[in-house]
Parts: sequence; structure tokens; C-alpha cells
Amino acid sequence: MAAAITLEGLSAGYQGAPVLHDITLSVEPGERVAIIGRSGAGKSTLLNTIYRRYPQYAALIPQASSLVANLSVFHNVFMGCLDRHSTLYNLRTLIRPPTAELAAVGGVLEAVGLKEKLFAKAGELSGGQQQRTSVARAMLNGRPIVLGDEPVSALDRVQAREVLRVLCERHETKIFAMHDIRLALEHSDRIILLERGRILLDEPSSHLSYARLLPHFEGELQ
Amino acid sequence: MRKAGSLPRLTYGSATRIFLLAAILVLPLADLSISAVHPGAEFKRLLLGILSPSFAAIELWSVVWTVAFAVLGVVVGGTAGLVLALFFDRSRLVRLTAASLRSVHELFWALFLMQITGLSPATAILAIALPYAGIFAKVFAEIFEEADKSAENVLPYRTTAISRFAFARFPVVAQQLKTYTLYRLECAMRSTLVLGFVGLPTIGFHLESYFKEAHYAEAAALLLCFYVLIGTRRLWARPWTVPLLAVASLFLLPEASGNGSAWRNIARFFGHDIIPVPLRSGSLSHGDTWAAFGSWVWRITVQQIGPGTVETLILAQIALIAAGAIALLVYPMVSRRFLGQVGHYLGRAMLVVVRSTPEYMLAYLLLQLMGPSMLPAIIALSLHNGAIIGYLLGRQADQLTLRADAPTGANLYFYQTTPTLYGQFLAYMLYRWELILRESAIFGILGIKTLGYYVDAAISELRIDTAALLLVGVAVLSMTVDAFSRHLRRRLRIEGLPVRLSADHGANSARSPAPYPAAAQVQEPVV
Repeated sequence: MAAAITLEGLSAGYQGAPVLHDITLSVEPGERVAIIGRSGAGKSTLLNTIYRRYPQYAALIPQASSLVANLSVFHNVFMGCLDRHSTLYNLRTLIRPPTAELAAVGGVLEAVGLKEKLFAKAGELSGGQQQRTSVARAMLNGRPIVLGDEPVSALDRVQAREVLRVLCERHETKIFAMHDIRLALEHSDRIILLERGRILLDEPSSHLSYARLLPHFEGELQ
Repeated sequence: MRKAGSLPRLTYGSATRIFLLAAILVLPLADLSISAVHPGAEFKRLLLGILSPSFAAIELWSVVWTVAFAVLGVVVGGTAGLVLALFFDRSRLVRLTAASLRSVHELFWALFLMQITGLSPATAILAIALPYAGIFAKVFAEIFEEADKSAENVLPYRTTAISRFAFARFPVVAQQLKTYTLYRLECAMRSTLVLGFVGLPTIGFHLESYFKEAHYAEAAALLLCFYVLIGTRRLWARPWTVPLLAVASLFLLPEASGNGSAWRNIARFFGHDIIPVPLRSGSLSHGDTWAAFGSWVWRITVQQIGPGTVETLILAQIALIAAGAIALLVYPMVSRRFLGQVGHYLGRAMLVVVRSTPEYMLAYLLLQLMGPSMLPAIIALSLHNGAIIGYLLGRQADQLTLRADAPTGANLYFYQTTPTLYGQFLAYMLYRWELILRESAIFGILGIKTLGYYVDAAISELRIDTAALLLVGVAVLSMTVDAFSRHLRRRLRIEGLPVRLSADHGANSARSPAPYPAAAQVQEPVV
């Protein structure tokens, strides 16, 4: 079977400042990968780079939820499938949402526990609710690979588990950047540890433990 | 949070609908006819003229004087405005003076000043300096208030007010004051051009006769010259060149065409002309005199101010909505996100040309082409203001940080940028409402029966007292709309958003809420 994602000797950076060095990585369809590392290690850059390489196969949950504050939660989630419809249909949905779309969006919102906020303005939501809206957008998008950049950082452990679970059901291949080691171990089959833009460790989660990973996060609150 | 029983909460949607509905309701009251016999043929001649500008016809001195009046008007108005700004938040009198000065349009000031100083440079310079002093006072005061006060807060105890100002206040905002003043020079040049239409020797003086005689090639050359001056403003108008420009302007001023002694004119103006007719002859201690005065005020209010105000509001309302529609339509044209690098520069160039075209001149030209009705005024006002708002929105659209998976094209427009910028759009619209209103009043001079129509008629019949009362009406109307616009902006919670068209918004918006939710600055990684 062909790999879902293949990167070979990738280096990337922002205007002359290198962030990633010589990343070689292959992810098989169906894998659940957690990318961990201290802040500034290059997790977001790696996810954004993967998104840019595979935009037709991937749904992105960026670190900042980046919702359109003046639109309703419904419209913000619906934005996940704008490319699937004609512009005319999208305009119509903007003015008067069709019942079918309301049901579809309602479905993913229910999964993240936000059904009652369907018509609330996105700008009026709390940080955690905005994050769940962003997750719902990716779920509605439904592409086989989901790239989540700290997708549950604003949620408590119980909510985080539930949201990760429904997200994993929806997408075939899952790649999450996380800083919570326990949550990462719990919700992945494979852990990639980034340090200063290089892959330091790439092993199945079952071979790893909290205690073994902790030294790499020295100085950060865990 | 508002309590139950008070007004319903105003939202972006309901505010838009109310304004839209008002414009639709007044539309049947507006005269939108085209009465010219062959507007198409005339337009064709205009286009041909624009395509073959005749540069030999440029009246060089009119160009020099357009710049000279503008430079001196801004220098005088800016200095006065700076002084007023220092007392702005302490004195109600200063605030009221500034508000009155800026609520009367420079063309009205010119018409009035002509009674004293005739067709002279003093009239032109003061007609700019007086309203601009009011504008500078308000804007400078806002800049001072929004400035970063951290340096001031750590000054030693008992530092004097002047030292405070010189060390910790002025240096912090000096750059902003300079930028704004230089930007105002551009507006002042548009204003001095328009002053030519009432007889002062600027570019507008020649444009008026060219348009009237359909000499479009000559007019096009003169206008092109004006656009070049505006377009190169950043090259020749710099902080260090302004003193040189001011001194040179003083030496190059034209001679005043005789209107007798200025002192005698001042005495006549204030001692006789501007005093209401019933008070001139009658005894001030007599009750009948005041009764006559009362009925004089009442007559002018009912016969002139009332109908003039209604017509002004109708014109302003329709023009405002049309300007908004144009702005929303054109803002993608100046955005890199929609048109790409090359396209957005073309769009910008086009909008800059449109906004550099003085509305008054455009309305005059369109009236010549289409015949008298409200339509030319609506077109002129909406093009000018729509271009300005569209330009500002387009620049803001490029500053938005979008997610890596943001939609493109029409989806980006309808789902992302327009909803995100909508509050900002309303802030611009409400701010420009008052400016459109001021300009609508002025268009009366062109024959549309707004307030300016009555002012112009009164002045040309030398009923200066009536004109003065009408101007009070204009000022009250413009201040009322300004206050109402501010109230609406507060209700919509968009009062902190930038509204002015001057170069650096960023620097003075430190205390304003962000116009859109702050997003992490994720740049495109270079792979």
C-alpha cells in the first residue's frame, strides 16, 4: 500500500531562518501519529508544510482557531466543505442554509458537544468552544488525513479525550502536534519527537513511557 | 449588556437594513432624471478629449497658486489646530470652536470671506485654514490622547506641563503629526482646486470655463497635471521641504484684485451686513424689534433651512448607500489576495485617481453632461467615497492573517474577508456619512436644492445675514449627524476602529480593539 505522506530530506524555514532540517518521514494510511516537542521545535511548521504538500488529501486544524468572528458557528463549520459546492450554492447557504447542510453541520457539532451553539456568532464563543468549532470544520471537511495543531489544547482532559476520539473515527490518518505527553501517548500509535527542527525519536507509542519522554521537556510545565 | 425595555440591540445586520431601507424610502423623492439632449454624444467628446490632452493649454500660474494656497492654508491651519489641540480635552469652548470651524465647508468659508477680502490670496488661504484648523485640532487631540503614555508616566514628580509636553508627549507622536499634516496637504490641494470654481485663480477656475465650453482636451491636460502633483506628493512634500514651500509660496502669491480697503470691509461686514435685518434699524430695547427678529428667523427656518435640510439628507442618504455598494464591489481590486501582485497595483492606481478627483468638480462636469438633477451629485459623491472606502478595505483585507486552508475567490470574499471586515466597513461608512453630508450641502451651489443652494442665493443677493443664519443651520445639521454617527458606532461597538485615510493606522491604534480576532502570525514556510 502506498504511504499517505512521504517527506524526504525536507528542510524549511521562514525568510532565511531555518526551522526544519533534513526531515525524512513516511506515514501509512490509518496511522495515528503524535508529533511532540518543546515549543519552537518546529511542530507547527512541519504540519503546515505537510498541509501544503497534500492539500487535496488533508484537513487542517490550525493552532489559532482563526474563525470568522462575525459569522455563525454553522457557517464557520460549513466552510470546511466550500470547495465541494458551487459558489452559487455557497452564497445561497450564506443567506439561507439548506436543511441538509444544517443537519450535516449539526451532526459534527453534536459529536464535539456544541450542537446548541449552531446559530451563535463565532466571536461570542469561549476559547474552548472556538477550538471545538475548528475541529468540527475539519470533521465536516472529512478528508482522509487530519492535521491537528494542538487541536485540544484549550479543553480539559475529559473533553479532550472525547474530541480526539470522534476526530479519529472520522479521518483515516491522524497527525497531531501536541505538547501534553500523556494525552499524546494515550491517543497515538506512534510518537515523533522533534527537537530544534530535527527528528530525535520516532517509535511506536507502546515502546515509550511518560518517564522516558519527560527529560526532553525539561523546564516546561507538564 | 442592555437592560430589558431599552432599545433592541443594534447589530451589523439591523444597522445595514435600517440605512438601506431609509435610502429606498427617500429614493422616490429624489430627482434622478437625465435632461441633457445628447448625453451620449457629449460623453464621447469628453472621452476623446481625455485621450488627447492638449498640454500647451496648461495655465502654469494656476497650478502654482493651487499649490501655494494649499501649502499656506495647511501651515496656518495646522499651527492653529496644534494650539487648539493642546486645550482640546480641557476646554469646552475650544471643542465647540473646532467643531463649528470644521462643520462649515471651505467653499462656504470662501464665499463669506470674499465679502471682506475680495478675490484675494487671503480669501483662499483663510478658506482652507479656518475649517482645517478645526479638523487639525480634533485629529491632533485624538493622536495625543491615543499616544503611548508610558514615557510620561515615569517623569519625575513636579515636571512642568511644558517640559512634560516637550520631552514625553510631542516626541512620541511627532511622526504621526507630520504624516497626518502632509496627508492633509493632499486634501487641501483638492480644496484649493475647487475654490477656483467660485472665482479664485486656481486650476478650478480654468477647468470651469473649459468644461462649460466643452474644451475637454485642455481640461484633461490641466487635470493630468493635478494628478501628477497629487501622485508625487510624497516626493516633494516632506517635513523638511514644507518650510521652503511655505516661504516660496508667500513670494509667488498673486495680487489681490481690488475690493477696497480690507478694514473698511471688515467694519461694514460685522457692523452692518451680518447683523440680521430686523435688528439693524430697530431699537434693541424695543419688544417689536425682537418680535420682528423672531419672525425673520422663523421664516428662513421654514422656507429655506427646512426644505434645504430635507434635500441635503436625501442626497446624502442615497449617496452613502451607493458609496457603500461601490466600496464592497471594488475592494477586492486593490487586494493582493484577490487580484495578485500586478492586478492589485492597477486597481490601486485606478482608485487613487478616482479619489484624487475632487467630488465638486466631478459633480460640476456631470451636471454639464447630464443636465440638472440629483443624479450627477449622487454619482460624484458615491464614486469618490466608494473609492476611498474600497481602497482602505482592500488594504485591510491584505493584512488579515488567514488560515492555511482558507477558501479562495468568491468563497474567500463572501465567507472570510467580507464578514471579517464588515464592522470596519460600517465604521468607515458612519464616519464618511458626515463628510458626505457636508459635501451634499455644498452641491447646492451647483443648483441642486440642498442647503448650499439657499446659502449661495443669499450671498449673491448680498443678504449676508440670511446666509449666516443658513450656515448656522448647516453647522447644526452636520454636528447632529456627527454625534448620531458616533452614537451608532458606540452602539455597534466599532468606535475604536480606525476611520481616517492617513498613512499609518497601525501606530495610533495601540489602545483600539483589533478589528478582527488576532490570529497567530504564521508566515508561509519557504520549503
